[in-house]
Amino acid sequence: MTGAAETLAALAGGLADGTIRVVDLTNTLSPDFPVIVLPAEFGQCEPFRMERVSRYDADGPAWYWNNISMNEHTGTHFDAPAHWITGRDVPEGTVDRVVPRDFVHPAVVIDISAESAADEDFILTRAALERWEAQHGRIPPRHWVLLRTDWYKRVGTPEYLNLKDDGAHSPGPDGDAMRFLVHDRDCVGLGVETVGTDAGQASRFAEPLPAHSILHGNGRFGLQCLTNLDKLPVFGSIILASPLKIEGGSGSPLRVVALVAGRAG
Amino acid sequence: MTAGRPYRPVRDPLTRPIERHVPPALRSRAMHAMSAHAALGRFVLQHCTDCGAVTYPPRDICPACWGDLAWADQARGATILAETVIRTTTDLYFQAHLPWRIGTAALDAGPVAIVHLHRDLAVGDRAAMQLMLDKGGNAALFALPVQGEDPMADPQWREFVVPVHDRAVLVTDGDTALGKAVVRALVAAGAGAVFAGTSAPSVPALAADDPRRAAGVRQVPLDLTDGRSVARCIAQLGGPIDIVVNTARFVRPGGVRADAGLLHQKRALDLGVLGLLRLAEAVAPILAGRPAGAFVDILSIHALAGDARFAGFSAAEAARHSLLQSFRHEMRAAGVRVLAVFAGAIDDADHQSQPSPRVAPARLAQGVIDALALGREQHCVGDVARDLMDRWLADPATTLREQNG
Amino acid sequence: MRASVPYDGVVVCAPVTVPYQRFSDRSAHWWAGKAMRALADATGLRPGDVDGFCFASFTSVPDSAVGMIQHLGLAPRWLDHLPTGGASGIMALRRAARAVQCGDAEIVACVAADTNHIDSFRQGLAGFSRFSRDAVYPYGFGGPNATFALITDAYMRRNGVTREDFGRLCVAQRRNAQSNPCALQRRPLTLDAYLAARPIADPVHLYDCVMPCAGAEAFLVTTPEVAARYGLPVARVLATIERHNAFAGDPVQWRGGWAMDVDALWQGAGIAPGDVDTVQVYDDYPVIVAMQLEDLGFCGKGEIGAFLRATRFEIDGDLPLNTNGGQLSAGQAGAAGGFQNVTEGLRQVLGCPLGAQVPEARRALLSGFGLVNYDRGVCTGAAVIERAA
Repeated sequence: MTGAAETLAALAGGLADGTIRVVDLTNTLSPDFPVIVLPAEFGQCEPFRMERVSRYDADGPAWYWNNISMNEHTGTHFDAPAHWITGRDVPEGTVDRVVPRDFVHPAVVIDISAESAADEDFILTRAALERWEAQHGRIPPRHWVLLRTDWYKRVGTPEYLNLKDDGAHSPGPDGDAMRFLVHDRDCVGLGVETVGTDAGQASRFAEPLPAHSILHGNGRFGLQCLTNLDKLPVFGSIILASPLKIEGGSGSPLRVVALVAGRAG
Repeated sequence: MTAGRPYRPVRDPLTRPIERHVPPALRSRAMHAMSAHAALGRFVLQHCTDCGAVTYPPRDICPACWGDLAWADQARGATILAETVIRTTTDLYFQAHLPWRIGTAALDAGPVAIVHLHRDLAVGDRAAMQLMLDKGGNAALFALPVQGEDPMADPQWREFVVPVHDRAVLVTDGDTALGKAVVRALVAAGAGAVFAGTSAPSVPALAADDPRRAAGVRQVPLDLTDGRSVARCIAQLGGPIDIVVNTARFVRPGGVRADAGLLHQKRALDLGVLGLLRLAEAVAPILAGRPAGAFVDILSIHALAGDARFAGFSAAEAARHSLLQSFRHEMRAAGVRVLAVFAGAIDDADHQSQPSPRVAPARLAQGVIDALALGREQHCVGDVARDLMDRWLADPATTLREQNG
Repeated sequence: MRASVPYDGVVVCAPVTVPYQRFSDRSAHWWAGKAMRALADATGLRPGDVDGFCFASFTSVPDSAVGMIQHLGLAPRWLDHLPTGGASGIMALRRAARAVQCGDAEIVACVAADTNHIDSFRQGLAGFSRFSRDAVYPYGFGGPNATFALITDAYMRRNGVTREDFGRLCVAQRRNAQSNPCALQRRPLTLDAYLAARPIADPVHLYDCVMPCAGAEAFLVTTPEVAARYGLPVARVLATIERHNAFAGDPVQWRGGWAMDVDALWQGAGIAPGDVDTVQVYDDYPVIVAMQLEDLGFCGKGEIGAFLRATRFEIDGDLPLNTNGGQLSAGQAGAAGGFQNVTEGLRQVLGCPLGAQVPEARRALLSGFGLVNYDRGVCTGAAVIERAA
């Protein structure tokens, strides 16, 4: 048996005996799950809709199925580089072209839940990241960077989108933080619990919507509306995130799971 | 979940619900024409295009000269010649509403007619005739006192209209300018409970003068583009509703070929057309169980003759109007009135590019109250809607050309 | 107006009544057949002998007289169908008399038959006429009770007639019914009971209304020669009138078509109202009885109240009226209700009444009234008959 085969076998064994856990990072896709709301002059994101075709009834006596429809960026979803204007020329920039090896990457979890609780508009800066590295160690290359805000605990309440008269309020990074993660730490992408990788007020930043702009302009990905980031270790988890193979698609709802060492507590 | 509802004694859950019936519905084609005029609030009788004789009941030929007949507005005055109180009948609807007063009225227009008689009228009295729609949706002559108390005090009159006072009303999209105006007008008209549907992802704090802060008003989540949301909303109202006012609409400019805005058109159809279907399906059984159930749909007058600058919206409104007529047909047997309140451009953000005159939301909302109080099936608010309706009734083909010439 | 030709060479005979039933599970066809059988039993006629057939019914639908002759096995050379309800008896008599007089037929059976299922009254109402559907039933669905309540209300106000006055008529008819074994309502009726009855459609109360039922009536019109051959007692037709949609301009019906032609009737008959021995008038409601007495000249216009108060209508009274009890007591068997004026009048002058005999009755006035198409009865007719010497 080669080394790689042994590694895979060990993984299978760990999954089978429970020493490797699978943590679901996905919110339930339902019509109630909010989608991003843009100013009225822009086209809007269609929420998830489900209409029954049959349920063991006249329209299908022995089977149950539904028609579903939604925007590509609905529920827990994946942002491909082509989603943003900065990424429109990135090769392999649409979800059907994302190379399979990018479906599986390790992750590092940065906990800003306390800061976000104290300030709904908390901005993650490069300085804050450097402080974090000083405490936890360097962010390794080719990792998903996951921002733990505990925002997922607000799902089902108006405080999740947290709309006010001046728009949404939720935490996110600034441009320097994003450049640091992309250029200096070579992250695979940014994963967040909020509705967007950018902060709620990021369209008002001097450098607007830096996460979208910098991630996608550099061929990196976004994961949004994640849950359960508080159940992952800082280092050592592996994220499985495979978007639907939509021809020319800009993103996709998907099921995201993490592999974590250790039995469930 | 019953905040905002007036107290009512709880019905014994073991008693059978009261089945609703409607008056005898079989009518001649000529009578259906009279009903079509009554639906618009016109007081019409046939007159002869040759000799001018006015005739009633509706005929197909003039009894004075065998000339052709046409419908024409007539004087509303009348004198009561005879009266009776019907105390026994084999008809299920009238059995439930006995005693019932009718009379013989000599109409100032000429003919003598059997009429529904307001309780304050007696033989020899002068009366003001109203051409109403009965519970089955057919034209009926009702004699009211020339002056006197609010006719609403007569239970017989209330069978021909939709009382708002003390009733429970659901308003869809109650968070728009139009929706808020409708909520405000319903509160002013004495509605017992108003449920203001809100489709926004979250409920914002309300300004001090927001009508949804009024006593008896409650906000409820309701998104007509989501069947589950509609079903859940209805289930959570905490009791029956008497009246539904559908103010939902999605208005964007756009043509067919140029600047079609396909997603906008789709949304206009999903909200306006499919939304009506989702809403109607959910509320129909509830309205059918009410003594004076009504479904009001606020429509653009361009449902009749499309506006090319708003091609998609016009198409959605036309489809919606068509559905509404089918819904009206379905609800006839249950005595539920289905009303279309038409307006031209509304004075709101959706119609910024439209020239005056535009109808203020408050005026349109008052039109809804008026249509209910008069029991109309079709009601035009504002000069634009009235003008287009009149032209359309007179000559639909020419009106379509004029609209998009 | 040209005067009518006298009814020479024509007689009317063989009145039969198939005893009424409140409800029947039989069809109108069965009742019509029983009337034909009663005619055959009374005369000895066989189906092939009848060469004229005149039919009236509300409940034979979808069959008209055409369906009925095939159903009954008749092959007449003259056929008529009368949709005129309460006026159909007089009209059948008139038409059959002219057919026989002119030789178009020799033996005409005039038949009215209607059944009354539990629900047929309500169903019959619902589809009665276009004007009723459009402009009467949707107004409280009181049926004829409501329409005649309006007519009665206006009539009482116009003529100063009271409920007591109408009550006297109804009480007298009930007294007449007591000798008629076929009458459905024979229990004595007092004026107090009449006045105390429950209101149906004010001012019409319970005993102002007839009781719908199933039944059939029939008579023969033929030549004196044929009647003699069968040994049948006969009556002659002295005069008749008929009018439809008269006085359409009257806002409320306060007179009927009789008033238009009353002079022609009595001039044709060669007698005056006071010369008849009995009066058989259509009595769906007492107001219509009063109207006929007025319009046919038994009292002056506007004097009806005093006349009702001054006259005894019993069989042994001043003016024996509706001597079988009328529809108000005997029952209203649909279109047959428009025939019982003819059959009962004929029986009285032929000396074979169902109940008590009017002493020495020789002449009878028969009057019919039918079809409330909208707000009033449209069809009227009357006849004077006399026993052939």
